[in-house]
Amino acid sequence: MKKPNDVIIRSVTKVAVVIIFTFAINLFISGHHFPGGGFIGGLVFASGLILMFLTFDMETVRHNIPVDFKVVAAVGVLIAVLTGVGAMVLDAPFLSQSFGYFELPIFGKTELATAVIFDVGVALAVIGTSMTIIMSIGDDR
Amino acid sequence: METLMSILVGLLFAIGVYLILTKTLLRIILGTSILGHGVNLLIITMGGLKKGGPPLLGIKNLTYADSLPQALLLTAIVINFATTALFLVLSYRAYKVLGTDDTEQLRGIKDE
Amino acid sequence: MNNLVILPIIIPIIAGMIMVIFRKNIKLQRFFSVLSTIAISISTILLITQIHTNGIQTLHLGGWKAPFGVSMVADMFSALLILVTSIVSLCCLLYAFHSIGKEREANYFYPLFLFLITGVNGSFITGDIFNLFVCFEVMLVSSYVLISLGGTKIQLSESIKYILINIISSFLFLVAIAFLYAMTGTLNFAHLSIRVAEIGQEGLMTTVAILFLIVFSLKAGLFLFFWLPGSYSAPPTAISAIFAALLTKVGIYAIIRVFTLVFYHEPEVTHLFIGILAAATMLLGAIGAVAFWDIKRILTYNVVVGVGFILAGVASYTTEGMTGSLYYLIHDMVVKALIFLLGGTIIHLTGTSKLKEISGLIRLHPGLGWMFFIAALSLSGIPPLSGFLGKIFITEGTFEAGYLWLGGIGLFTSLMVLYSIMKIFMNVFWGYTDLTEEKEKGTTKGLMLPIGILTIITIALGLGAQGIHEYVDMAVEGLMNPSIYIEAVLGGNLSQ
Repeated sequence: MKKPNDVIIRSVTKVAVVIIFTFAINLFISGHHFPGGGFIGGLVFASGLILMFLTFDMETVRHNIPVDFKVVAAVGVLIAVLTGVGAMVLDAPFLSQSFGYFELPIFGKTELATAVIFDVGVALAVIGTSMTIIMSIGDDR
Repeated sequence: METLMSILVGLLFAIGVYLILTKTLLRIILGTSILGHGVNLLIITMGGLKKGGPPLLGIKNLTYADSLPQALLLTAIVINFATTALFLVLSYRAYKVLGTDDTEQLRGIKDE
Repeated sequence: MNNLVILPIIIPIIAGMIMVIFRKNIKLQRFFSVLSTIAISISTILLITQIHTNGIQTLHLGGWKAPFGVSMVADMFSALLILVTSIVSLCCLLYAFHSIGKEREANYFYPLFLFLITGVNGSFITGDIFNLFVCFEVMLVSSYVLISLGGTKIQLSESIKYILINIISSFLFLVAIAFLYAMTGTLNFAHLSIRVAEIGQEGLMTTVAILFLIVFSLKAGLFLFFWLPGSYSAPPTAISAIFAALLTKVGIYAIIRVFTLVFYHEPEVTHLFIGILAAATMLLGAIGAVAFWDIKRILTYNVVVGVGFILAGVASYTTEGMTGSLYYLIHDMVVKALIFLLGGTIIHLTGTSKLKEISGLIRLHPGLGWMFFIAALSLSGIPPLSGFLGKIFITEGTFEAGYLWLGGIGLFTSLMVLYSIMKIFMNVFWGYTDLTEEKEKGTTKGLMLPIGILTIITIALGLGAQGIHEYVDMAVEGLMNPSIYIEAVLGGNLSQ
């Protein structure tokens, strides 16, 4: 079989994936006050990974990113649930959150919220599950 | 607008039901997927379609959109996505193991 | 606010997620799964004592007060069900250790089992109808995987049917929620109850109620049970036992909750309809149970009969009927798991589920035989075992409500159930012993412990009914007076 000519998609992917990942992180961070958040950030991140899987060989990407995505999803859910449990330890209702303003070296006065930790969990869970789904459908040949 | 959406929901339901009643597994899955879209559209229509800002303090809007149906919708979409993916993988597996995707022939399979 | 309320949901999910991370370590998974079910039992017992002294316990997630946030509400009814759930699931786990097989264990059996329990407990404890949908889905997705886990031919073909039916019923559930939200503008159970009482349960509202009834009937196997016998006989014993014990019961719980808390204004329409469906379910299920000569089929049709009987008590909508339904619900969860485990053990020993190919097993396994006998008597409601009290109360309730036919059908089908189970007992355990210990396909090693525990529980539930009487009464009082629930959830926010 003739090898398909994939020069364009390869060179575009190398640039585009970086942009997609940056955009995903931007969406994730802005999610606290504006549209965005862990869910969408995670999905965009996963779409970048899927683009890599499409362009390069599945084995190559797996070799370079040796993570079991099921474990990523499990860790994500654990983080999300455990932030809720943290509230219970402090005798607040499950999933309570709080925030405060701190003076940080470079950023200056910054708002830090516990909801971000929960959102990290959500993002990891979304990345893990969507990658697991895609890989279990795409793995077969 | 609501009337138009209701008609569209009915159309989606009709297509979904038609596809589910066919014999091929892939069409059945597509049918459930389209039915799911119909349901999602129904939820958002039921919340009332109106223009307005997010119901947050500090945003000066005269009208607010109802955010609850949107939250419900997001959850429903995610669940729909997960079940569709699972259904797809499972019926592909069933097709490989059982050698058929015809529901008529799937009926006769007994334990061995 | 009481954080104990959420524990039955987060203990299994945390344990399950840890197990996914340590996939290879089966010993750790077994240890964690047993530990988490015991932990749920202990926390629920604590919860029950608190409910008993202080009334309904609530938790508003994240501190967002009802009806704006998501509330978790533990009244006596749901707490009792969670306790029974965790005990039954513990027994099914113990049974699974020796019967489920290495391949399934390595493929996330224990995490999935715990996610199933997460979904079941979540459905019991949630105070919000959309959250009920989400918990249903958690439970259903794990059950989809559990039913097809292992990938034998029969499992694959049955699981496709099961998934399709449940996906469609989930969509109907969403449709019903959408209509309800359009009409009331809220999703919190307590708030819904107030709003429906204000608007009045006119034609359209009753239609929505019937739509909910159809959805829950599909899950509970009330009349719409055509998918049930096939799906429940496909997976291995431990899984089908937990399905028989829990999944239909969640549907029944949802029917009871919705039709005592929200749509209770037109009992002569909705509850009578439930009654008719229940009668049809009992009759059809009993006919199925009597007609088949296959252990698995007979047992699955018995699940159907049980569903019909519990809902007969609900249909009467009297205190007696409700008490009976609650007793019978608890009894049914225990005894259905027990009888499925027993039936599975027989199939495991002989390698067949055809009644006519088995005989004289009592000579080799007297313990198994007598426990089956006890389970059979308990299932058909012979005193002093656990089914008796529920049967009495349900029959009394239906007679009191004037539904003589319903009570009559209930009693008649009990006889048919007794016949169908005795048919198994006589064919399997009596007669000429043509099997020797060497020719058996498996051993009962390790399988008798969970069966023994469940048998003791069914005897204890019968003899010690006086002990749980107080708790059941409290649960029924809560069900018959929606204002208690509303007051506990909304508190001072009644003016909303």
